[in-house]
Amino acid sequence: MATTYTTTPETSAEEPVNYLNVEHGWKSWLFTTDHKRIAMLYLFSITVMFIIGGAFAILVRIHLTQPQGLFPPEVYNRLFTMHGVVMIFFFLIPSIPATLGNFLLPIQIGAKDLAFPRINLLSWYLYIGGAAFAIFAVVRGGVDTGWTFYAPYSTTYSNSYVLSAAMGAFVAGFSSILTGLNFIVTVHKMRAPGMSWMRMPLFIWAHYATGLIQILGTPVVAIALVLVAVERVMHVGIFDPNIGGDPILFQHIFWFYSHPAVYIMILPGMGVISEVIACFSRKRIFGYEFVAASSMGIAILGFLVWGHHMFVTGQSVYTGIVFSFLTFFVAVPSAVKVFNWTATMYKGSVTFDSPMLYAFAFIGLFTIGGLTGLFLSTLATDVALHGTYFVVAHFHFVMVGGMVVAFLAGLHFWWPKMTGRMYSEPWAKFAALLIFAGFNLTFLPQFVLGYLGMPRRYAAYPPEFQVLNVLSTAGASILGIAFFIPMIYLTWSWFKGPRVGKDPWHAKGLEWEIQSPPTTFNFDETPTVTEEAYNYGPLEEHPVV
Amino acid sequence: MWASYRFLADIPFVGPVGSKEAADIDLLWWFLCAVSLVMTVIIFVGVIGFAIKYRKKAGVDPVPVHGSNVLEITWSIIPFIVMLVMFWWGAELFFAAENPPKDAEEVFVVGKQWMWKIQHPDGTREMNSLHVPVGQAVKLTMASEDVIHSFSIPAFRVRHDVVPGHYDSLWFRPTTPGHYRIFCTEYCGDRHSQMIGYVDVMDENEYGKWASGGGSGGTLAEQGQQLFTQNGCSTCHLLNEQGRCPILKGLYNKPVQLNDGRTVIADDAYLRESILQPNAKIVNGYDANVMPNFQGQLSEENVIQLIAYIKSLAGNAAPAPTQGGNPPATAPTPAVKKPKVAIKEAAANMMPQQ
Repeated sequence: MATTYTTTPETSAEEPVNYLNVEHGWKSWLFTTDHKRIAMLYLFSITVMFIIGGAFAILVRIHLTQPQGLFPPEVYNRLFTMHGVVMIFFFLIPSIPATLGNFLLPIQIGAKDLAFPRINLLSWYLYIGGAAFAIFAVVRGGVDTGWTFYAPYSTTYSNSYVLSAAMGAFVAGFSSILTGLNFIVTVHKMRAPGMSWMRMPLFIWAHYATGLIQILGTPVVAIALVLVAVERVMHVGIFDPNIGGDPILFQHIFWFYSHPAVYIMILPGMGVISEVIACFSRKRIFGYEFVAASSMGIAILGFLVWGHHMFVTGQSVYTGIVFSFLTFFVAVPSAVKVFNWTATMYKGSVTFDSPMLYAFAFIGLFTIGGLTGLFLSTLATDVALHGTYFVVAHFHFVMVGGMVVAFLAGLHFWWPKMTGRMYSEPWAKFAALLIFAGFNLTFLPQFVLGYLGMPRRYAAYPPEFQVLNVLSTAGASILGIAFFIPMIYLTWSWFKGPRVGKDPWHAKGLEWEIQSPPTTFNFDETPTVTEEAYNYGPLEEHPVV
Repeated sequence: MWASYRFLADIPFVGPVGSKEAADIDLLWWFLCAVSLVMTVIIFVGVIGFAIKYRKKAGVDPVPVHGSNVLEITWSIIPFIVMLVMFWWGAELFFAAENPPKDAEEVFVVGKQWMWKIQHPDGTREMNSLHVPVGQAVKLTMASEDVIHSFSIPAFRVRHDVVPGHYDSLWFRPTTPGHYRIFCTEYCGDRHSQMIGYVDVMDENEYGKWASGGGSGGTLAEQGQQLFTQNGCSTCHLLNEQGRCPILKGLYNKPVQLNDGRTVIADDAYLRESILQPNAKIVNGYDANVMPNFQGQLSEENVIQLIAYIKSLAGNAAPAPTQGGNPPATAPTPAVKKPKVAIKEAAANMMPQQ
């Protein structure tokens, strides 16, 4: 398989001054306002949270190898809840925007930093504060409501640490709002001369759309969590019918945010995939305008479909029919992206470096994740599948197969830019294949379990479901190991990896025109943009840097 | 060697099918599977095919291709049309599943942490188990005593959340005798995964034998009548004439004019609300604050029994026999309302004892 990247021999003994070595000591990190350093703070923090959330996932899968389960149900209920809370609020939502987005968004539009560098640091501290509440809840004995915090269970019946977990999600939400705000202002106000909207990389378009959802949607879930706290502490009847509330109200408020939130989680991943596919096909993204518009379309339509989580909750039949119809609309822009990525390779010059392998895995898994979404948008089949493992599998195909794999694609693509060093390509390719295999073995059986009727969040299940559950756990073991491999070789690369020049992939974009790692203010002079994004030509045209 | 793979052959891909409606949904399921398979193959062949065909080769340069509006429109419209078929098909089956047939037998389900309590109209009670005759449409009217539960029978491909404060319903018409699982599919606390049971679909003979046991406390309506008397309802809700409170005879499923000008149908949800929180909707011509709140005084099962009793009064025939404590001696009440003071005293006397 042909590969692209080039490394520079370590001729110079001294590394040039860059954002990493310009200052040293813990103060230089904890008080930094450099978007790149904040990105690295986030990268470290979300990796820790991913390991915690992943440990819960492994325990969940081990528990489910036996029909009667291994742990008491109270423990199992806490495991799956903490897995969901940690992964969604503390890994998936910040993952790409707070790390790759933070690092690259200013550079890709030719800016020296984000519009509000101090607010950017504040959002990291808010994230840490939220994570502290969540970890406090875990340490004190966990929370058992499911990540959805459905009332009145969460407000009246649960004896677990609901308030601190909800407080964690609430505080982390403000971190997300501030990041979105920063991105939107930066994109509007700080683009370099010549960087018109239609010349912006699709990664920027995706983050702009994500930012819109973050600032419009997140306050609503914050309200839902506050109302849960108010009812739980002060017994004001909001959701509990025994004191005059209505449980359905909670679901409306919660899903008004939490459905768009899945687009917060997937849109930045789609942005990454556009960059990677273009680079390793050496082509402009096919139908650039449609891919850009589809990000905005998903962001807007995403706000109109929350009711599809409630087809069987007793909202009226006609409401269900309207939400089902609108849900099919949001499938179109997602499909358009997949078709355009595929078409981008047409008449290209495709190489198979590790970021591209992750991107292939993304397209395959996201396609399955998207198509299985249609089963859940269709009313009659949703009635059969709602609340079963089919939903679990669909969600993980989009969130892990989509978002996590896209995150890895982006991390491998920009790692040399972020660190100035390369990692082991053979290990990276091996990890990509192992993740793909392990992932499918984990979650494909769950689709079958779902249509057979196995409910999610069950600490014990009928014995006829055991074979499929054991297969799924086998896959999860492979997946768990596979996720550790990049952590190891990337850590190695951070200290020992071979040095690379500014453009090891011979890629297009402003970030590849500055040194690796970049200096604190990215550009010595403000660049002027004279061409559209992805103006790729054959590899040979680019001299090795 | 083969033996070690035998277990794969034991994996079912579709669960038991217990009704015609389940078979209809399976057909839609297979349609969705087929469309998904075709789309997956198209994408996979496209990605893998292009990746191999256009892999980097010496001397072959990438050709700039900017896009094609025709293609963009084509691959937006065609999938959307296919999706409209899915939508329509799914909505049609859903609509049918939400509207029980006229001949459906009503069975009442109360969910509470962590059990399903089932009451048949003849007064038979079951726990985590539901017996029904084959071929008979069954409508479940469901209530929750605590948190949200969800009643699911995978073999019938039916499910509905059971939300506290609401009546929820679902229906099915079993076509194949069998022993089918019931699951609670909305997470409801520690023993959520033990909130399970079975539906037993029996042929006529067997069901006849099973049902002949009957309920010990009379039919659901008779149990309701007893409650009606015990709780003092009969003092004001006189059956034949105008009392201090609205006449209940012939009320069920009829329109009721409220004092705020609205007209509502006296269905299960309305009756439940009017029993538990009487002041929520006041019938035109009557006063608020006459009837005490029964919220927290009556269990969901009691409310279901009372509604069954009110339902039994629906016909134009003579009212149900007044054995028990229905006071026949109550003086005929004039059609005009009594002075408010007297009514309040009466209301105070009626407060359920705690």
